[in-house]
This record gives sequence, C-alpha cells and structure tokens, in this order.
Amino acid sequence: MSLTCDCLDAKYQELDQILNQYNGQKEALITVLHKAQELFGYLPQDVQIKAADALSVPLSEVYGVITFYALFSTKPKGKYKIAACKGTACYVRGSERVLERIQKELGVKAGDTTPDAKFSLEVVRCLGACGLGPVMMVNDDVHARLKPDKIPGVLSRYQ
Amino acid sequence: MATVTLTIDNQKVEIEESATILDAAKKAGIKIPTLCYLEDINEIGACRVCVVEVRGAKALQAACVAPVANGMIVSTNSPAVRSSRRLTVELLLSNHPTDCLVCPRNLNCELQALAENLGIREVRFEGAKPSWPVDESTPSIVRNPAKCVLCRRCVAVCEKVQGVKAIAPIERGFDTVIAPAFGHEMIDAACALCGQCTLVCPTAALTEHDSTAQTWAALADPKKHVIVQTAPATRVAVGEMFGYEPGTIVTGKMVAALRRLGFDRVFDTDFTADLTIMEEGTELLERVSHGGVLPMITSCSPGWIKFIEHYYPHLLPHLSTCKSPQQMFGALAKTYYAEKAGINPKDIVSVSIMPCTAKKFELTRPEMEDSGFRDVDIVLTTRELGRMFKQAGLDFTNLPEEPYDDPFGITTGAAVIFGATGGVMEAALRTAYEVKTGKTLGNINFTGVRGLEGVKEATVPVDGIDVKVAVAHGLGNARKLLDKLAAGQADHHFIEIMCCPGGCIGGGGQPIPTNTEIRQKRINGIYAADERMAIRKSHENPAVQALYKEFLGQPLGHKSHELLHTHYTPRGKYPKTDK
Repeated sequence: MSLTCDCLDAKYQELDQILNQYNGQKEALITVLHKAQELFGYLPQDVQIKAADALSVPLSEVYGVITFYALFSTKPKGKYKIAACKGTACYVRGSERVLERIQKELGVKAGDTTPDAKFSLEVVRCLGACGLGPVMMVNDDVHARLKPDKIPGVLSRYQ
Repeated sequence: MATVTLTIDNQKVEIEESATILDAAKKAGIKIPTLCYLEDINEIGACRVCVVEVRGAKALQAACVAPVANGMIVSTNSPAVRSSRRLTVELLLSNHPTDCLVCPRNLNCELQALAENLGIREVRFEGAKPSWPVDESTPSIVRNPAKCVLCRRCVAVCEKVQGVKAIAPIERGFDTVIAPAFGHEMIDAACALCGQCTLVCPTAALTEHDSTAQTWAALADPKKHVIVQTAPATRVAVGEMFGYEPGTIVTGKMVAALRRLGFDRVFDTDFTADLTIMEEGTELLERVSHGGVLPMITSCSPGWIKFIEHYYPHLLPHLSTCKSPQQMFGALAKTYYAEKAGINPKDIVSVSIMPCTAKKFELTRPEMEDSGFRDVDIVLTTRELGRMFKQAGLDFTNLPEEPYDDPFGITTGAAVIFGATGGVMEAALRTAYEVKTGKTLGNINFTGVRGLEGVKEATVPVDGIDVKVAVAHGLGNARKLLDKLAAGQADHHFIEIMCCPGGCIGGGGQPIPTNTEIRQKRINGIYAADERMAIRKSHENPAVQALYKEFLGQPLGHKSHELLHTHYTPRGKYPKTDK
C-alpha cells in the first residue's frame, strides 16, 4: 500500500484514541471495528489484538465477529474496490463468466487484492440493479450489462 | 416460587414457572433428545434436535429454551416432531464423516446415539464435506473440525466456565469452524489445555491426544523398565468405563489391571502428593515467617499454571515453587528409585495415569528434566487407561484388588483428597496445624473447604495466628480470586486453585460424561477413600519420612530444591501477528 510510516503512526494514534473512548466496553466491539476499518481500510491482526485488549473481549471472539460479517475485511483493500455481483439475476445472465474474466485479468481470486494494491475483488449478492445485470461496481461506479470481453476495457479506465 | 401446570404427552406436570419444556418433560419422565444443550452452560436452542409441538404455536419449539406456561399442551412424540428431528439429524449426518467404527468416540458419541435413538437407517442427503486439517499441534488436545457439529458446547465451557474462550466460531455458513483466533492452531492460542472442551464435545471433534500406542510400545520393549503412577482422581472414575457407579473406589482393581498390562512397578502419585504437602507446607511457613510473597498459591494443576502464565504473569511470584506431584514423582523415579532398585534411569519409562490433558503438556516443559532425563515420559488420561484395559481384554470387574508396590505405594488419606477441590488445602491444614502447634487435631475434617461452591474461604486458628485460606476451582472462579488479589483485596495466607470444575475429579481427561452430578459422586468417593486410609496426615507417611532420611535430607533442602521445585514462564496472551 502507499501508506508511509508517518501516516501509519498517525493512524495508530487515532486508533488509540478510539480505543480509549470505548475502554472496557464489550458491547462496543462492532462500532470499534467499523471505526478501525475506516481508519486502516481493513483490520490487520495487530489492530484486532489492540481492540480485544482495550475492550476486554477474547481475541477469538473479535476474530469470529470479523469473519462473520462480510463488511469486515482482514486483507488490505486496493485503491479500486471491485464488487462483482453474483446475485440470482446477474448469475442467470452470465456473471460467472464475467467474474472468471475479472479474476484472469487481475490475476487474483475473489476476496484478494492485486500485489500492486490497485484492485481488490469481492463477490456480492445483489447490488439492486438486477435489470442491468450482470453488474459490477468499481468504487462508486456501476458498470452494467457486462460481458467477459468488456472487462479489459472497463479495468483500463482505472489507473 | 410460583408454579404452572402443563400437559406433556397427556400427562399433567406441575413445575416452577421459570422452567423450560425440557425441564418439565424430564420431571414427567420423558426424555427429549438434545445435542447442543448443556445444562447451565449452553442453552441456545441452536441444533433443533429437541423440538416439540406446542398446541397453538406456529412452529415447533426448541424444548431446551422454550419456557413453560400454564395450560400449555405439549407433544414430544408427534409425527411432525419425529420427522423434524430425523431431518435435522440426517442433515447433520450429511456432512459428517462416517468412520464411526474407527473413531475415538465410537460407542460413546452423542451424534451416533441420536441417530440410533431416532431410528435413522438411511441418510437421504449426501452433502459436501469440509476438508479441515486435523490440528495436532498441542501434546494435549486434538482438534478435528471435520467431526464438528457446531453445537458450541466447547466454546461455551471455555468461555463461561473457564473464562478463557481460546476457541470461537469463525467464518460463517458452510465455512464455519470452531478454532482459535486467526484460524491458528491450538498451540498458538492462550489455552490452558485443560481439556474441558473434550469432556463436553458430543463427537470426536475435540479429543485427548492419544498416547496408548506409545505406551504399548514401551510395555513390549524387554529392555525397558516401565513404571506407572496413578493420580488420586483416577481411582474414583476409571470404574465408570466398566459399568461402575461414578465415584466407586476401584483402586485395587486398577492396580491389578495395570500389572496385567505389563507395568513392572505400579506406584501411586498419592506418595508425592504427601511429599508436596511437606515441601509446600514448609515453603508456606517460610514465607509467613520471613516476609515472603503472600498469599502463596498452589501449583499442582498444570492447566492452572499455563493459565496464570498467559493471563496473570505479574502474579507468578505468588505461586508455590513446588512441582506438581506428577513431576515430583518423575524426578524421584529416575533418581531415588533408580538408585534404590539398581536400575539405570535411562532404561526407565515413567508413565502417569492422570485425569488431565494439561499433564501431557506439563511433561514436555523444557525444565522438567531435573533427574537428568525427561522426568515423566508418557501421560495417559483416565479415558486412555480405560481403553487400554479394554484392548487387553481384561475382565475389570472380576479382577482381584491388589496393593501398590513399595516404596511409592505407601500413602495417606491427605494425599487422596488432592483429587477434589479443597483437598490440597485440607491436607496442608492437617499437617500445618500439627507441625506448627505440636498438638494432635481432634477433628481432621476441614469441611469448610470441601464442596462445589466456586470460591470457598475459611479462617483456621493455628498457634495464635488466624490462617486465612481460599479455594477456587474452574478458571472462571480462579479469575475472581486473582482479580481480587491483583486489586490488593486478598489478605489470604494460602490459596488453592484447581483448573477444572470440582478439581481433578472433574478433569479434562476423565471419563465421558462428566457433569455436576457425576463430579459430586466422585467427590464423595474421594472423601470415602480418605476415611478408609489408616494414615490420614501427610507428615505421618512413613515412606515419605524414609525418603527424607535416606535421600532428600529435609523439606526445602538442597536436594529438594534441585528435584522437587521449579520456575514459571510468563507467556503472552496473544499470538504473534503476520506482520
């Protein structure tokens, strides 16, 4: 990632402030994890440990909560976050092949991030645009009526 | 308390209003099958095996969590109930390995029993089977997620009883697995290795690390002199695997059976329990008279030791430096005994029979080689011992009762009570009182420290000093005492802590099932065994006296320090991170 050390230090300082605010409050776990993920873009292991310690929640439980909710990620996200839809409507219109092509173009599997940290790929179940399927989102942009051959062109727009 | 009356399967039942349908059915003599339910520990209604039909309710209700109501009409055996239970269990079986015949829990598996009781003769679904690796990273516990039914009983006992939660459900849906944080192996978790999870697991997803093959190999080796020690709590439990009522004292038969397996000498850990009292009692008196760290806390229980090393390392100076009786025995077996018997210690294989999975870890601790060799070579749990007796084809119930071998077979009632919560404390008080005052105790039963209450406290006047003591069993209860201690609110002289609920009789290596009722029966057995002993105070053990005279010199002397005392290792609470 493009984070410099100074920048990371500042993030950890901010994390400490958040944790101080919720010190010992077990019930604040999800709130704290949200804030930490906003800060770091994902939830690194040492951040999970700091949260467990500050909130007096067992680490296994923290990790259990993080892996339960799809919204939390334990892997760094790319500059561009791709959400490829595999909901029913997109699926019947060929989203499987679209996803295969994205994976091939990026060289990573769903759930992972490219080594240059540019793209991360997630599979989602319905983006609420079924009439436009197959769809995917790249950050806030919606790309509709996708076909495998359209993928290289779409990706080339993000540099 | 207010009661309600309901009808279950056409029978009227009156029960307190806070009860569940499951409680009421039990009262009416109806056994509703359960799987995820564990009384007082895991009552989450998750598995749906215990469903019943309640007239007027839209859906079937989980009896383990559904509260009773006045006038309620319940059917526990309607076609809808039977079909639903069957479906649930068939779905559980659809992704479960079908290697029952070679499974460690064969014939003692709750899933197997459910399938049998529900009359399931075919599984209509063939599910995808997750391919989790078997986690054999610790010497104590084997975790095999492929056999897990996700009932969460292990998680609940670890969290609510032991206050640890080393494992939790991670991921979701089909990918869910019960595992330590970060999906790591058990060896990386801050786990006490107490094995309470193995006691409550309905299947073989969590089991003890099996050392029977290693033991058979040692017994078959003519060059080896194989000796065995048996922990106090094993003698009131191993009989359960042969149809005896829990708590039945089967010491003599166990000794006979061990001889028939081929052990060259059958000794008793009780001997070094008496020795522990001499060493630990002297250490306590030293600390009291020389301003040492107080309260002093017992160090017999290896799960407790690993727990404090992980979670309260700053309190380690409170621990007695005494090794556990198992490790004292190991150190003496390859020195004193080897010398006395004229056997080269390198040819001795030292086996212990323990109610405990953490003991398997304890023997591997790098410092446990003061004899110049690994002090203890193999630990077998009570369960493994029972299995070996079966493998050997022993007719356990018809064996004669045989005595232990000398010299480590001469023991006292004070030693046998080490097996129950409060026992070490009571044994210490019997000796401390008499040694300090020079008087004979009128009543040697310190009943105030006995029983299943979580934390017990007592004050005992000894020679003008009010000795304040406390006893905790189960790590959740230990935490309560330690938090007080850390806050400077514990003014005790001496604290006994045992890792497992009920003490060693409820240890993670004991026969399955082990529950509160069975724990109490085993405790009764322990105190009955104490009453039977001719000598009931550790300092009166003639073999221990001879050991000091011939070999050790005196308690806390040079040789004792070398062989019987140890040190501890502060450990982190969290694993190393990826970064």
